[in-house]
Amino acid sequence: MNYEFNWMLVLTGEYRDWIIKGLIITLKISGLSIVLSMLLGTIITTLRMTRIKILEWITISYIEFFRNTPLLIQLFFWYFGSYVVLPEVINQWLYAHNYEFAVGVVSLTIYTSAFIAEEIRAGILSIPKEQMEASRATGLSFIQAMSYVVLPQAFRIVIPTLISQFLNLLKNSSLAMTIGVMELTYMARQIESYSFRGFEAFTVVTLLYIAISLIISLGINIYNKKFLRMIKY
Amino acid sequence: MHWEVVQKNMVYFLLGSYPHGPLGGLGLSVLLALGGIFLAFWIGILFGLMRLSKRWYVRFPSIIYIEIIRGTPLLLLIFWFYFLVPVIFKKPMPEIRTTLIAFSVFTGAYVAEIVRAGIQSIPKGQMEAARGTGLNYRQAMAYVIMPQALRNMIPSFVNQFVSLTKDTSLAYIIGVQELTRTATQVNNRTMNAPAEIFFTIAVIYFIICFGLTQTSRYLEKRLSYKTSGRMRQRDIVELKDNSEAS
Repeated sequence: MNYEFNWMLVLTGEYRDWIIKGLIITLKISGLSIVLSMLLGTIITTLRMTRIKILEWITISYIEFFRNTPLLIQLFFWYFGSYVVLPEVINQWLYAHNYEFAVGVVSLTIYTSAFIAEEIRAGILSIPKEQMEASRATGLSFIQAMSYVVLPQAFRIVIPTLISQFLNLLKNSSLAMTIGVMELTYMARQIESYSFRGFEAFTVVTLLYIAISLIISLGINIYNKKFLRMIKY
Repeated sequence: MHWEVVQKNMVYFLLGSYPHGPLGGLGLSVLLALGGIFLAFWIGILFGLMRLSKRWYVRFPSIIYIEIIRGTPLLLLIFWFYFLVPVIFKKPMPEIRTTLIAFSVFTGAYVAEIVRAGIQSIPKGQMEAARGTGLNYRQAMAYVIMPQALRNMIPSFVNQFVSLTKDTSLAYIIGVQELTRTATQVNNRTMNAPAEIFFTIAVIYFIICFGLTQTSRYLEKRLSYKTSGRMRQRDIVELKDNSEAS
């Protein structure tokens, strides 16, 4: 193997700026998507818990459908097919703005929210039923009981799994390169095709992904050790 | 709506240009997933066992492998094999083989964690008893621990297989003619029915993955029912013992 490494090429100048730009977009797209998918996931789970048959049926189909189809297909569906599904006005607005980024966020949010909904449901089910019954008996409505009593407790339990969902989301965000979002993997690929310095670019980008993952999973471990054992049911 | 586009290309989605050319479409996706999970199974068992070893020089490589792979997106891994194998071996490798290796190496790390969890879930007494009867470590592992652990791991394996099936769509990126690639080809050619095409493809993936997920749930219920039944019996015996003692 005679390949001359040229690390400075990737670590200085234009290419370094590309990588930093890509990192920022990766963090932005996954940060935005995790917040939105947590909101959407919570709403879906709450709807599923209402015990209204039709809502239950709709939410279960939503969860099962989006969990069991590849993210890439969902990306392509929204990217190529959004003009059929969405109204004209929204499409015009999207085309004028950052269309790829928006499609990336929408797909990642819908995909991840299906997983998060299941996690939150597991968390809610682990809260004793009496909590719900007692808060209903004190006169709170279903929504109030959910948002003030059950969900706050459930969230404390599911935080570690939510964080690992965030890690998955971070890795899944690399798929957004297929529709032209200029995130970290896209930039690595770009540097490779501009300079034939594949080794360096891919190494740096891989290390960045691993570093983020390790930092976050270290966070989970600390959380588990410090806080989780205090919660007993 | 142009559903006739989908109708006309359905055979192409399912088999690629198979009778007149290489197998593609759904057939290739399924083959990639099956090949990937088969190789990943052995990689996973190897590294899962290595991770449980008491010797640091055996445990360490396994930890590094698992942590690196689990922290890296699969897409990046595919690029690693695609761009760097030709540099190392001086000759290009067929795309299908590249993706197959990438899938096995990627899924292997996840299977290794499943294997580790499965082995750790077996009570310690099993190992001690097996060693006590005169089996050595390898025999005890192979004849006592692994058969029980593997049985508990089956649902997780099926789940892993589901996510691998979904992940085979990534082979699209380096030009393997699997289901996603055929869909984008038809989409680029026809241009007038993207929503219909990708919805159909999503449904095809959904049928396979949902079927597997349901299987995994069924297995989980059945296996855990058996185990919990045994647990309950043991609990009753323990309760009896306690009440007798007091």
